[in-house]
Formats: sequence, C-alpha cells, structure tokens
Amino acid sequence: MNSEENKKPVLELKDIKKSFGDNHVLKGFNLTLHEGENLVIMGKSGSGKSVMVKCIVGLIQPDSGSIRIKDQDIITMGQKELDFLRTEIGYLFQGSALYDSMTVRENLEFPLRRHKDKIENFQGTEASVHEALKSVGLLDAIDRMPAELSGGMQRRVALARALILKPKIIMYDEPTTGLDPITANEIIQLMRSIQKEYNTSSLIITHDVDCARVISNRMILLVDGINYAEGTFEELSNSSDPQTRAFFKN
Amino acid sequence: MSKPNSFLDRIKSFFAEIGDMAFFAGRFFRELFSKPFEFRELLRQCYNMGNRSLFLVIVTGFILGLVFTLQSRPTLTQFGAESWMPSMISLSIVREIGPVIIALICAGRIGSGIGAEIGSMRVTEQIDAMEVSGTNPFKYLVVTRILAVTLMLPLLVILGDAVALVGSAIVENLKGGVSYTLYFNQVFDALKFSDVFPATVKTFFFGFAIGLVGTYKGYNCAKGTVGVGEASNSAVVYTSMLLFIIDFIAVFVTDIFYTL
Ligand SMILES: Nc1ncnc2c1ncn2[C@@H]1O[C@H](COP(=O)(O)OP(=O)(O)O)[C@@H](O)[C@H]1O
Ligand SMILES: [Mg+2]
Repeated sequence: MNSEENKKPVLELKDIKKSFGDNHVLKGFNLTLHEGENLVIMGKSGSGKSVMVKCIVGLIQPDSGSIRIKDQDIITMGQKELDFLRTEIGYLFQGSALYDSMTVRENLEFPLRRHKDKIENFQGTEASVHEALKSVGLLDAIDRMPAELSGGMQRRVALARALILKPKIIMYDEPTTGLDPITANEIIQLMRSIQKEYNTSSLIITHDVDCARVISNRMILLVDGINYAEGTFEELSNSSDPQTRAFFKN
Repeated sequence: MSKPNSFLDRIKSFFAEIGDMAFFAGRFFRELFSKPFEFRELLRQCYNMGNRSLFLVIVTGFILGLVFTLQSRPTLTQFGAESWMPSMISLSIVREIGPVIIALICAGRIGSGIGAEIGSMRVTEQIDAMEVSGTNPFKYLVVTRILAVTLMLPLLVILGDAVALVGSAIVENLKGGVSYTLYFNQVFDALKFSDVFPATVKTFFFGFAIGLVGTYKGYNCAKGTVGVGEASNSAVVYTSMLLFIIDFIAVFVTDIFYTL
C-alpha cells in the first residue's frame, strides 16, 4: 500500500500537547491520516489514546498544537462549523456510549435530528436507520433497548450510529476491547466491510494485535505522549527495538 | 484532587461550589433563550417527573394533613379554639409546611434521579456522544430538566396541599363533627391571595433549586460508578439545604412586604 503515501491527508495533528494538571498526557503528538487509509494507533492503557481522539472531535481542547481536518483548523473554528465538521467524522466510543434510555432506533435517529440535510439524497429517517442497521446486520434489534443487547451487539449498534451520517473518517476507540475473540473477530470483519461499503479513512485505536494485523495499512505507537514509532505492521513487529516489539507479544 | 478534610477546607470548597453553580445557572439562562428549543424533551421530562412523584406526593400530603390535624386538635381544644382549626391548619399547610415537605420529598425523588441519570450519562460518555452528534447536551439534558422541575413542582405542591387539606378535613369530620362543607368554607375564607401568592412563587424557586443542583451534580460527575452515587447523593443533600435557605429568604422578603 505504498500509494497511500501519495494520497492527500484528510486529518493532520501537529505537535499536540495536553496536560491535566501535573499529568502530562500528550507531549507533542503528530499524526497524518491519508484518504482511504487504515491507521492503527497502539499504546498502553492510560497513555492518552482516548484523549487524542477526543481532541480531534473537539471534546477536549489541546493545550497547544494544530488539528486540521480536510484543511480546516478545528481548534479555532466556531461552534456551527465544528458541528458541521463533526458530521464528517464517525466516532465509535470506547464503551459504545449508547443512550440507555432510548431504543436502538432512537439512538440511531439522534444524529439525524440536526443533520438530515447533510446526507446526500436523503430518503427519510426510517430509511437511513434501516440502512445503517443493515450494514451492521442488526435490523431485527431495532426496537430493543441497549441494555437488552450483548456487548458485541451494543458495539455494532454504536457503529451503526457512528455511520448514519455517512462520515468520511471513522475513529474506532478500542473496538474489540472487552469482547470475546469470536465476537471481536466479527467486529473486525465488519470494520473491513464498512470501509469498503462507505469508502472511509479510519483511525483505529487498539491494543489487539490480531486486529492491528488484519486491518492496518500503517501503525503509530503512542508512548510517553509522543509517536514513539511509526511503520507498517511487519516493520514494527520485526523491529529491533525491544519496547516496540513488546507491543506485539500476545 | 485532594479530599477536603478540615472544617475550614470544607467551607472553602462549599463556597467554591456555590460559585460554580452560579456559573452553571448563568449558562442555563443564556441557553434557555437561544434556539433550538428542545420542546419535545421538555414535555417528556414534565410528564416523567409528574408521573414519578404523583403517588408519593399524594400519600405524603394526605398523611401530613391527617397527622398535623390530629396533633394540633388537643391544644386548640384546650383553649376552646376548636373553631379556628380549619383556618389555622390551612394557613400552616399552604404557607409553609406543604411547600417545604413536598419540595423535600421531590428533592429526594426528582433531584437524586436527575443527578444519577445525568451522572451516569457523563460517566458512560453519552453526553460526549450527544455533543459530537450535533445536539447541545446542555440544552437537551440540563435546560429541559431544570425547566421541567421548575414548572412541575408548583403543581405538585398545589396537589399536595389539596390532599393534605382533605386529610385534615377527614380528621375534623370524624373527631370534631365538622361537616366537609363547613370545613372547606372556613378554609377558603381564611386563605387570602396574600397567603397563596408568595407561597406559590416560592415553589418555583424550590423547583429551580432541585433542578439546578441535580443537573449540576450530574453534569460535573466524577468518573466511575462511585461518582454517580456521589452525584445523586450530594444532589439531595445540597438541595435540601438550599430549600431551607430559599424558604428563609422567601419568608423574610414576604414579611418585609407585609410590614410596608
Ligand atoms: N477529562 C479528564 N480529566 C483529567 N484527566 C483525564 C481526563 N481524561 C483523561 N485523563 C487522564 O489522561 C490519561 C490518559 O487517558 P486516556 O486517553 O483515557 O487513556 P487511554 O490511552 O487508555 O485511552 C489518564 O491518565 C487519564 O486519567
Ligand atoms: Mg481509552
């Protein structure tokens, strides 16, 4: 996948720094996501991966650095533009973050409340919800409550919700964590099929080596708040650096 | 974050929190009048809150009227002032006991519910999810709930007062042989606009306090399930305290108006 390098970047983080009090989480993190690419970020738990993705969608303000999505700087933009730009990004939260007081249908309708006009040839709320649920294979769960679903099903519903506005970029925050290996594998296959169907660029946060092997075009290791190492799965897993190799031991 | 331990630290953090809450209230008023209005969610919340507290308010109100009348009767009888019962009871209930008791009950029921619900939404990142999907969670969750309690609490208090008076009338009827017609005639004679109006205005503030503290505690909930319990619990504690402070101020202000 060398051609990825020539494609234009859809997301660029430059020198992102973020501290919570004395806890210096990100200390100058850089990242470029190219069009159509699957970029995997690995890092120990608590290393700031979630903080990094939250900076990208503007949920957390970085202390310094720049974040550009499709050549727009998200840190300086106003609320309206930010809301609009967010429709271009699907975000699968680490714990699914489904609205537990709403049915699956209402969960999926929620992003459509404000952004119907964003979808090209919009066929109605019902049609959109059906389409998104079909792509994750859960159409029959449409009227269930999230609490009635298994962890894997919840993850799929969350994925459907992230997809409903047909974003160009999807960020998966630990999509397979907490799932059994079989379900985890189903989710990985689903991510691949979604990438084909929706033609997205993806940022995948994981410490699941199998997931990284299957899905990544390129990887970044986040250690001590910076990009410690960067390269393809083969390059990094055969690295001479013991700290890099440590990530790939199951 | 260090836990406040000394009494002085507690007082300090208490006032810091009051300041934060004032900011939170300021944001409520700013976002209350800006579009888009989450009207459907407001109606849903009003319905939920009324529905969830209805039974509690009726039972509490009824027992309140019953017990209060039973307890007061002997004293008034001693002074031969039995005939004052209806007016005395109705004034106490409508002006003071009804609003405070019902508000306290609702602080326990509604306030803690709001604290726990919004707190768990914060902890499980549902609030973040709303934010990224283009819905302002402050408007959708906070503004609607504060508004809903502010509107519903006066209704619940009126209902509670009414049921309490019914309870009281039953005791008077059984113990003193006072007919229901006579009882309620005396009640309506005794209650003046100047009694009912300040008492009702007060309940809007009570409702606002319950909604404000509940949403504030939930919205700023600390991570983890401990945080949710803490949010719900401290919502009730703070609200109860705040209710008495508001009551004191309300009585004080009303008193000034009367002496003018
Ligand atoms: N809102 C916040 N306030 C304070 N500290 C935070 C906040 N969010 C994350 N942190 C801290 O930042 C660090 C990285 O967290 P996170 O990004 O969630 O790790 P992970 O890489 O496992 O996703 C942790 O030490 C966490 O305690
Ligand atoms: Mg994380």
